[in-house]
Amino acid sequence: MSLSELVFGRLSWDALPLHVPIVLATFVVVAVLGVALLGAITYFRLWGTLWRDWFTSIDHKKIGIMYMVLGIVMLLRGFADALMMRLQQAMAFGDNAGYLPPEHYDQIFTAHGVIMIFFVAMPLVTGLMNYLVPLQIGARDVAFPFLNNFSFWMTTFGAILVMASLFIGEFAKTGWLAYPPLSGIEYSPDVGVDYYIWALQIAGVGTLLSGVNLIATIVKMRAPGMNLMKMPVFTWTALCTNVLIVAAFPVLTAVLALLSLDRYAGTHFFTNDAGGNPMMYINLIWIWGHPEVYILILPLFGAFSEIVPTFTGKRLFGYTSMVYATVCITILSYLVWLHHFFTMGSGASVNSFFGITTMIISIPTGAKIFNWLFTMYRGRIRFEVPMLWTLGFMSTFVIGGMTGVMLAVPPADFVLHNSLFLIAHFHNVIIGGVVFGLFAAINYWAPKALGFRLDPFWGKCSFWFWLTGFVLAFAPLYVLGFMGVTRRLSHFDDPSLQVWFVMALIGALLILCGIVCMLVQFYVSWRKRDELRDISGDPWNGRTLEWSTSSPPPDYNFAFTPRVHDTDAWHDMKRRGYERPTTGFTDIHMPKNTGAGFIIAALCALCGFALIWHMWLVAGVSFAAMLVAVIVHTFNYNRDFHIPAADVVRTEDARTQALAAAHV
Amino acid sequence: MSDLALPVVSPNGERTAPFLAKADHHPENGTLLGFWLYLMSDCLVFACLFATYGVLGRSYAGGAGGAQLFELPLVALNTSLLLLSSITYGFAMLEMQRRRVGATLLWLAITGLFGLGFLGVELYEFAHLIAEGNGPERSAFLSSFFALVGTHGLHVTFGIIWLVTLMAQVGRHGLITENRRRLACLSMFWHFLDVVWIGVFTFVYLMGVLP
Repeated sequence: MSLSELVFGRLSWDALPLHVPIVLATFVVVAVLGVALLGAITYFRLWGTLWRDWFTSIDHKKIGIMYMVLGIVMLLRGFADALMMRLQQAMAFGDNAGYLPPEHYDQIFTAHGVIMIFFVAMPLVTGLMNYLVPLQIGARDVAFPFLNNFSFWMTTFGAILVMASLFIGEFAKTGWLAYPPLSGIEYSPDVGVDYYIWALQIAGVGTLLSGVNLIATIVKMRAPGMNLMKMPVFTWTALCTNVLIVAAFPVLTAVLALLSLDRYAGTHFFTNDAGGNPMMYINLIWIWGHPEVYILILPLFGAFSEIVPTFTGKRLFGYTSMVYATVCITILSYLVWLHHFFTMGSGASVNSFFGITTMIISIPTGAKIFNWLFTMYRGRIRFEVPMLWTLGFMSTFVIGGMTGVMLAVPPADFVLHNSLFLIAHFHNVIIGGVVFGLFAAINYWAPKALGFRLDPFWGKCSFWFWLTGFVLAFAPLYVLGFMGVTRRLSHFDDPSLQVWFVMALIGALLILCGIVCMLVQFYVSWRKRDELRDISGDPWNGRTLEWSTSSPPPDYNFAFTPRVHDTDAWHDMKRRGYERPTTGFTDIHMPKNTGAGFIIAALCALCGFALIWHMWLVAGVSFAAMLVAVIVHTFNYNRDFHIPAADVVRTEDARTQALAAAHV
Repeated sequence: MSDLALPVVSPNGERTAPFLAKADHHPENGTLLGFWLYLMSDCLVFACLFATYGVLGRSYAGGAGGAQLFELPLVALNTSLLLLSSITYGFAMLEMQRRRVGATLLWLAITGLFGLGFLGVELYEFAHLIAEGNGPERSAFLSSFFALVGTHGLHVTFGIIWLVTLMAQVGRHGLITENRRRLACLSMFWHFLDVVWIGVFTFVYLMGVLP
């Protein structure tokens, strides 16, 4: 093996997409925007601030915001993929081949699924939990602040690898779960599946560690008096979600490691020959994959459980049943994975078991819906933007849940599996549940994180475009599914189907308007930030502890740790005449920022990139460098400092004056 | 933590309700819990590998099976080395509790040597198998065997790197709180690998040589 092969592996100039006009044009646009962004950061001398105050920050609030930014940026990429698919499917009938060649189309649907789940929904959900959990339990940070920063960077570098695949080489053409033997080396010899594997492995480690971190935080760091049954429901759902993460992500790590052994070391886990068994992969990936969908939705169930009581001005109906429903879903989510492949030869009794467990999950979920409805019953409902998203969720998610129960019936599934009915079903629950929930949560907690509310007009525009666009984009897919159209097709023969695909395209364009309105909303809100400023720290008359501190909260969150007496701790404090303390502040013990997380994660991504391209020397060196960086970091014992009491006094006095000036 | 309120007086001269913790609140350290959680997640990685071995462990693809390939005396030696290393790690922890730096380091070094011996025997076994044409690419059985045993071996390797690092840190800073916490974590890690090995020994080797 020559030296250049050791250094560059199979990477050559051919890997650049110079011969694919669409990708080339995208590349030019991204490059121009990227250079403009980097130039602007340099021009405004922001690199120092970015590095010191954000990239190396171990403050859970800043990490939470960075996760949200990552998720929103990747949403634009994932949605661009969706639009391209919709356009192709609306065009490609009969003689018209559409504008995307099949090998490109296959990469797009794979990238769309991977990005939307791993690099949009996961960062947004993790960011939300990161930001809110310490505030809701009255803590000053998470249990392992450095690890938190490291987790974020692992997720981000995973996303960077996926983005790199757009311009250097290609992405997997296998569908978002990369079933073997198609994803094996024999049928996918290119770098696409390797990008998939290493992006997910790196991001998966980040997710797993953030799961460990948040469980330890919730178990160990709750404010005095907050026993488990006094935790806010969002914190409860975060706890269950992170239990699911810790119990599910190792399975993904293991199964992807076995797939990479098949591809790199010539083993026979999932091959057709030498005794391999692809069904082993399909079982293992869904043992991770099904809990994953509950990892995404549970925190949003928690968010709705905070939003509904706040905007109805009532205590949540059935707190205890909400908690038990969450725990039931957590456990049941491990007993249903086989419903993803009823048709793959498990036999009647196995299918019956998994069909029944799947239907049982709808019971605790239904209980939650009724709890929210009963909370609203005879409440004084304020139709603010977060509440609109919540109502949109309740009406769409229920439909998605019902089509899910249809798919849970094995005989029905034999007809509907792999059809567009399935696509419509899971978008119905993921958009109607996760995405609407995230937008509700962003609108609800933005004043806390940013210090000003988001503009309601553009928020309402965004909501109505999303809601109508969603219905128009996915209702036709249910119809097409009933007609037997299967998923992942880039061309159709039957012209009578075209009208449905055109309707779906119009729906997708409406959703595009919704996304544009959301971006406009962010911009307008920033422009009008003085008008929309939240001085009270409690703009919605909230009920949980995060609303008891300023907006945005100081670095230390709470000058004094709160004591909790009731489920809705802040509501209880307000009701019983709590007065904000203005004296008696002391030094506050806090963790120090560090660049170690960024460096280790960057080396990890470099190692992954080198492995993708078989650059063995680079892979070896970067792996060794990563080990050294970890070891060097462990020699740093000087990890925390004290915020002096004088600084705390200054911060709190400023707030006292602001409150007095605003007569709050 | 006291139940008393801060001496904050509201404008009308009444004491406010007890809504604030009096002293600076220091939550318990969560490292050991966090490390337990990590270990359980690692345990799931091994569970997947065991399950894979369970499914593929008899798919010989016309090649040799465990009964022909495994040399139990070698595995017995290997197992004793690893089990002894767990005992010596226990001795290191006892010395740590007596705050004796030298003795702690000595037992840690012995633990590391046992670990290296284990790895040496394992590598010998692997090299022997591969040289005879029974490498991981020969059959699904051998793939799953190498993946399971090899993953355990990799864990031991990282455990040894960690052990050496920690010895340097104990040598430099002594048995301070951080180092005692780290030694406790490595202790859990080391014993965990022992437990996994007992599973490997039973499930792969002992049951593997059965006809």
